[in-house]
Amino acid sequence: MSDESPHLEGPLPPAALDDAHLQPYARHPEGAQAVAAVAMIIGFIGFIGFGVAYWIGDNTQWEAITLGVGLLALGFGATAWGKYLMPQGPFVEERHAFHSTEAERDAMTAAITERGGMVVKRRKLLGGLFLLGSTAMGVVLLFPLIRSLGPKPGDTLFKTNWKKNSQLVTVDGRAVTANDLDVGGVLTVFPKGFEGSSPDQVILIRLAQLGPFDPPYPIAPPGHTAWGVQGYVAYSKMCTHLGCPVGLYQEQTQQLVCPCHQSIFNVNAGAVPEFGPAPRPLPQLPLTVDSAGFLRSQGGFNQAVGPGFWERP
Amino acid sequence: MIDSSLRWVDDRLGIAKGGRTFLDKIFPDHWSFMLGEIALYSFVVLLATGVFLSLYYIPSAHEVVYHGSYIPLRGQRVSEAYSSSVGLSFDVKSGLLMRQAHHWAADIFLGSIAVHMARVFFTGAFRKPREFNWIVGVTMLILGIVNGFLGYSLPDDLVSGTGIRIAYSIIESIPLVGSYLGYFLFGGNYPGNGVIIPRFYILHVLIVPLLILGLLAAHLGLLVKQKHTQFKGKGKTEHNVVGSPMFPTFIAKTTGFLFMVSAVIFLLGGLAQINPIWQFGQYEPYQISYAVQPDWYMGWLDGALRIMPSWEWVGWGHTIPLEVFLPAVIFPGIVFNIFIIWPFIETRHTKDLAYHNLLDRPRDRPKRTSAGAAMLTMLFMTFFASSTDVMANFFEIPLNWVLWFFRFAVVIAPIIAYVLTYKICNEMRAAEGVGKRKRALIVSRSSTGEYSTVESEPRPGDGVEELEAIPVPTYIDLVPPELATGEGVRRVMR
Repeated sequence: MSDESPHLEGPLPPAALDDAHLQPYARHPEGAQAVAAVAMIIGFIGFIGFGVAYWIGDNTQWEAITLGVGLLALGFGATAWGKYLMPQGPFVEERHAFHSTEAERDAMTAAITERGGMVVKRRKLLGGLFLLGSTAMGVVLLFPLIRSLGPKPGDTLFKTNWKKNSQLVTVDGRAVTANDLDVGGVLTVFPKGFEGSSPDQVILIRLAQLGPFDPPYPIAPPGHTAWGVQGYVAYSKMCTHLGCPVGLYQEQTQQLVCPCHQSIFNVNAGAVPEFGPAPRPLPQLPLTVDSAGFLRSQGGFNQAVGPGFWERP
Repeated sequence: MIDSSLRWVDDRLGIAKGGRTFLDKIFPDHWSFMLGEIALYSFVVLLATGVFLSLYYIPSAHEVVYHGSYIPLRGQRVSEAYSSSVGLSFDVKSGLLMRQAHHWAADIFLGSIAVHMARVFFTGAFRKPREFNWIVGVTMLILGIVNGFLGYSLPDDLVSGTGIRIAYSIIESIPLVGSYLGYFLFGGNYPGNGVIIPRFYILHVLIVPLLILGLLAAHLGLLVKQKHTQFKGKGKTEHNVVGSPMFPTFIAKTTGFLFMVSAVIFLLGGLAQINPIWQFGQYEPYQISYAVQPDWYMGWLDGALRIMPSWEWVGWGHTIPLEVFLPAVIFPGIVFNIFIIWPFIETRHTKDLAYHNLLDRPRDRPKRTSAGAAMLTMLFMTFFASSTDVMANFFEIPLNWVLWFFRFAVVIAPIIAYVLTYKICNEMRAAEGVGKRKRALIVSRSSTGEYSTVESEPRPGDGVEELEAIPVPTYIDLVPPELATGEGVRRVMR
């Protein structure tokens, strides 16, 4: 221990056995001892009980109760022993200044500046070269440490696997037709071949009952009227706030709600955020229906999906 | 026996001098000094239960078919991380107890650190010469929060997976380097190429705990070197410490306390369900559940994210998602930096460069106490804001109202707290005998009809005359001096 003893210089302090400081804190030591003893016995029984509970197995509650009672009672016994039956004190310890004297401080400063200054000033070239070399080491070692961890983003943050004519499928790979949803229904869909992929997740909503020859579902600006088909609209399911799946749909108000931080998007108006921290509308996926009645995308998203990042224009 | 083996060791290591001083180290007797011990002992439980868990948990995103004893999950394709987490809960004896105790221990660890830190702050224990230890403590708090997050992310369940998703987006929000950092850490665009679980694992079980252990050693080493602070009281000065010695009194009490803290953690671990991952299900990036909330120590950040207005900055071909970057990066950065530099802010203000080993009563430093109360109030407001949706449901009021309430409350409530605390401190200082127990007065009437009042008997603990503190005795005279005949005095080493 770095801690200097105050007593070691002089004679070590003795005390008489009947010194008041050495008497137990408890007024009735025998009673305190009885309490501590009972607690320790209960603790012992508790631990044995844990052994039994473990042996029988399969009951977490009994394991917890036995182990907890064992620890609690034994701990209580030990604490009672320490608090009520050990010398009550109080005892005192002197504090000594642990800082050095002025002379010692000066000596240390001098050791660094004068001894170090002497050699560094005399060999400036070596000092500079060593600094140069170690700086180079530090910089190049950063590459395996950081650069190896993963790929550069490039333009991948702007891309999804939605292409022209991608077929909408469920997570099980089942193709989605224009008859699959009732009005007010929602479904999470992916481009065929990328089921379950995070950036590709799209929420498909049926807003109205429109036949194949009816005009597309009209979406108030800034939505794109021709991007819905037969009452269906589709939006990226990644919240523009922090990327959580925007999974709650309130049919009556035609709102999508993000359960993470309660951003609310108006599905009827191009999924513009109406409330909460989300800054941008959910990107919309333009839909079409092929001749067999399957839903397909007219093309990919016209912007990056998900939360904001520096490279996003 | 002790004597000869000690001699053998001391010949080689020279431990006797320092060792005895260490055994004589004085610990002040005050309940508030146990808060740090709770943190220490819950960390012990964390290490012990964590080792147990690491024997069964498999840090892998590799997909497997679940065949364990939890019937609803049988036959489903899940990650090895999730499968092994459910497996160690149901198919390993005592596994559920250990897993839940580990989780509870983490929550208690951070809770006790927070309360311990408040104690140190409000009593001015961080003042010279203890600024280093304050900074070490704050660093451990940050590392503890980080490791808690990493740990509860490991089971790969739906709730924690959503947390990882949010963490990725927060990293992505950092201007200039965000998307690069996210790609490097996750090995690609979210959810990455399956490296995040093993990377979180090694951070959680090795790197961060090692840092915490090192800082913990420094924290306790500094405590021994600089000795404890103490409250003002009889015989207590700036130049001494009064209390119980390390051996045997403190050792007995603190060992008992270690057991009792563990007892509470294991009782909670077996009786109070926490993080039932089998109910949440495997994480899939396109699935979500309602009322998703992080563990309590992340709540203030989640709340800050919720109440932040949607102020995305767009210009010159770039985007800065301020609605994420400000509450999730800048806000905690400012809070932790205020914590770290607080001792220096205070000395700059007070110009007080003296050593302080006696603690302040909070009321005697009204500005510091009020500043602390304001900070706590602000953090509590952001903490409560992390359950805006639950509150709106519970009180059946519109979500907008709750949100707007917290947007104002997070600014106004700390100001109110500051003013109120300041007034309370000053009034407590002005009044006589505040905080002291008063003895009841007994009114009696004599036979001649005269009334008189006397103070009632002191209650237990009242007016107990404390002894003058003495140095810890090294030798104990078995025979009291007055009975000793001069020859028969035996001295024994305690």
